[in-house]
Amino acid sequence: MAFESLSDRLQNAIGKLRKKGKVTEADVREMMREVRLALLEADVNFTVVKDFVKKVRERAVGAEVLDSLTPAQQIVKIVNDELTKTMGEEAVPLNKSPHIPTIIMMVGLQGAGKTTTAGKLANYLIKNQKARPLMIAADVYRPAAVDQLKTIGQQLDVPVFDMGTDHDPVEIVKQGMIQADLQKNDYVIIDTAGRLQIDEKLMTELENIQNEVHPTEILLTVDSMTGQAATEVAKGFDEQLNITGVVLTKLDGDTRGGAALSIREVTGKPIKFTGQGEKLDQLDVFYPDRMANRILGMGDMLSLIEKAQTDYDEQQAQEMADKIKENSFDFNDFLDQMDQIQKMGPVDELMKMIPGLANNPATKNLNVSSKDLDHIKAIVYSMTPQEREEPNLLNPSRKRRLAAGAGRPIAEVNRIIKQFETSKKMMQQMSKGNMNGMENLFGNGVQGRLGKMALHSMARKQKKNKKKRLKNAKRFKS
Amino acid sequence: MGLFDKIKQAFTGKPQETQEPEQVETTQKYDEGLKKSRQTFGERINALFANFRTVDEAFFDDLEEMLIESDVGYETALKISEALREEVKLKNVKKTNEVSQVIVQKLVDIYGEAGESEDNTLHFAEADEPTVFLFVGVNGAGKTTTIGKLAHRYQQAGKKVLLAAGDTFRAGAIEQLQEWGQRVNVPVVASKAGSDPASVVFDAVKEAKAQQADILLVDTAGRLQNKVNLMKELEKIKRVIQKELPNAPQEVLLVLDATTGQNALSQAKQFNETTKVTGIVLTKLDGTAKGGIVLAIRNELHIPVKMVGLGEQMDDLQNFEADEFIYGLFKGLIVEPEAQAAIETETEPTTAEDKGETDGTGEK
Repeated sequence: MAFESLSDRLQNAIGKLRKKGKVTEADVREMMREVRLALLEADVNFTVVKDFVKKVRERAVGAEVLDSLTPAQQIVKIVNDELTKTMGEEAVPLNKSPHIPTIIMMVGLQGAGKTTTAGKLANYLIKNQKARPLMIAADVYRPAAVDQLKTIGQQLDVPVFDMGTDHDPVEIVKQGMIQADLQKNDYVIIDTAGRLQIDEKLMTELENIQNEVHPTEILLTVDSMTGQAATEVAKGFDEQLNITGVVLTKLDGDTRGGAALSIREVTGKPIKFTGQGEKLDQLDVFYPDRMANRILGMGDMLSLIEKAQTDYDEQQAQEMADKIKENSFDFNDFLDQMDQIQKMGPVDELMKMIPGLANNPATKNLNVSSKDLDHIKAIVYSMTPQEREEPNLLNPSRKRRLAAGAGRPIAEVNRIIKQFETSKKMMQQMSKGNMNGMENLFGNGVQGRLGKMALHSMARKQKKNKKKRLKNAKRFKS
Repeated sequence: MGLFDKIKQAFTGKPQETQEPEQVETTQKYDEGLKKSRQTFGERINALFANFRTVDEAFFDDLEEMLIESDVGYETALKISEALREEVKLKNVKKTNEVSQVIVQKLVDIYGEAGESEDNTLHFAEADEPTVFLFVGVNGAGKTTTIGKLAHRYQQAGKKVLLAAGDTFRAGAIEQLQEWGQRVNVPVVASKAGSDPASVVFDAVKEAKAQQADILLVDTAGRLQNKVNLMKELEKIKRVIQKELPNAPQEVLLVLDATTGQNALSQAKQFNETTKVTGIVLTKLDGTAKGGIVLAIRNELHIPVKMVGLGEQMDDLQNFEADEFIYGLFKGLIVEPEAQAAIETETEPTTAEDKGETDGTGEK
């Protein structure tokens, strides 16, 4: 069940015909087969795949690929372009009603994550728009669904309107709206019960709610792990309710999320948010281009770069650059590096964004947790200031002290010191612009030309930033 | 041929179970649920046969695609179409309606073969100690609901059932299980939200021993299989159970949403690695799910499906009858009993009429 990424697949296919020099139309057909399988493995709906491959083939057979020296990369690029195009060029914001309240209704299958997403949305609106939302608990069927929403409401300090489970959901929503009116809530989020799109009775209930309050947004919540059924679910809900958007949940798993493409294709409705974890602040705006990369297994390099850019403290980076130039990289910097990484977010999430590591079976057993980083930090913290600056001082007796101080085995102390040495070497190399031997930095996931390309582009970006910083620093001085 | 026999039996012997699509209300849900699966699957194969006059490569390509579309998975689809290609060549059949029989037979054979050593019954403790079932799965698969339904079933059977609210993480999860406990009149061992699930489970096991309960059903929080720490937590829960009852848990049941695509395999694999899954509960099969994932799981992981959830009511949880299920999947394809008998006795199919497609499944 090895999920190869599309770029790996194409590279393999191309590898076979490399000797021939030029690519023929038949070769393109072969590559299209790989594209098709990659998409199918990612759970993109079959009919969607068919149309999609046709589109790509038409473009590929045109001069673009045949004359190119790097056909595999060309095809990846075309696929990527087309995917992004299909999924909408850019992120679509939440609709807002001209007058308050803006009403958001959550619908979807059972267990898709409606209630959690309702809470996350409330949190998102408070954080980003200083909103005063009200949540309405209209799931009267599943046991304790009302309690769940109430607990979430408590955690977020958001009022929840409920009438228990003995009332008709339509009535509950009606009463809830009256309360929202009284309290002048600017957003109302309606949590409904999960239901199948073929369940006529329950679907009519949703229609009744819709006719009663005319929601500004009807968000279909879909589990990103959904298989081929995704199209039918989306179509069912869309035809009956005319949904305005989609929320894709549980994307923090290792699924490729091909359902996103299927849904977008059959409904034409934008995907607005993605759920990225169980915590209430783990809701992200949906970026079509990044999703395209994920489906193809190319990782989410953009997200990583962007995250690194915002979180990396410029000044600290400058100091680091100076230090690298001076060729002195000590444990203080090591610690600093660690902080930088931790600031970006949980390590395992970061790893997933690196091309080749996402969905790479080889890295599945790689358990880097934030705890490991904490352990490293604890060991460094146990050093004296002098030791931190002069790592050569660390003799066995001192190491024993460090181990005892940090509460970690001595073997781990040794490992950290070794890791530090590697890190030091790498930083020196990087500052000289030498990238040899760095391909293995991310394990064996990124290979070949594509991997090198990614590394180089990263290094280039870093250098560019550095130049900018140096320029700025000079300007300040003069 | 054993399974094929059974299918034939199901055809002639007990037609009231699955054969009549115009069934009455009582078993409507069950029927409805599986009908959805078999309609899509069977109809597709039929449509495929209608499209092709002769059997060629394009035919097998289409067959492969059709299998993929039923969530069977790429690997399995390839394996099946490969085997079928061989078979058709071997028996040297040319007309599609002959091929149809060969294919159905082969499909059933493959399915039966892969599941030969599988045991899809639930196991109970031998001595008079409590039986423990541990439920694991990703978020929103239906663990708590399944436990509620199962508790109801054993309660009805006169067993003394105890539930353990091991999902201390998700908001309202404990209340949800307690509500189920009230509905089906079964006690629930629970602690505060946010407490250590292993400690709750420990208490529950002790309680079960003290009360001499027959069955303890342990709920756990939903977790995605790639979250290392959460998977370790599951390991710990299992250890805690085994410390008190060395033979328990008798069953570790992975609850799987039937609408899940290829990720289901990843789920099964990784939950199996940490907790040694003994069986699968396939939930929400009443939806649009085509059930193809059952084939994939069988083929690649050899974990038996033990129960299926077919609706939201208390008694909508059924034991999984592999043969009946596969029969249901291929129902529209299997020809009339006489023709069936012909296949049974001869290796080379002689009858040509494919009456299967008018078998009453095509009403929606």
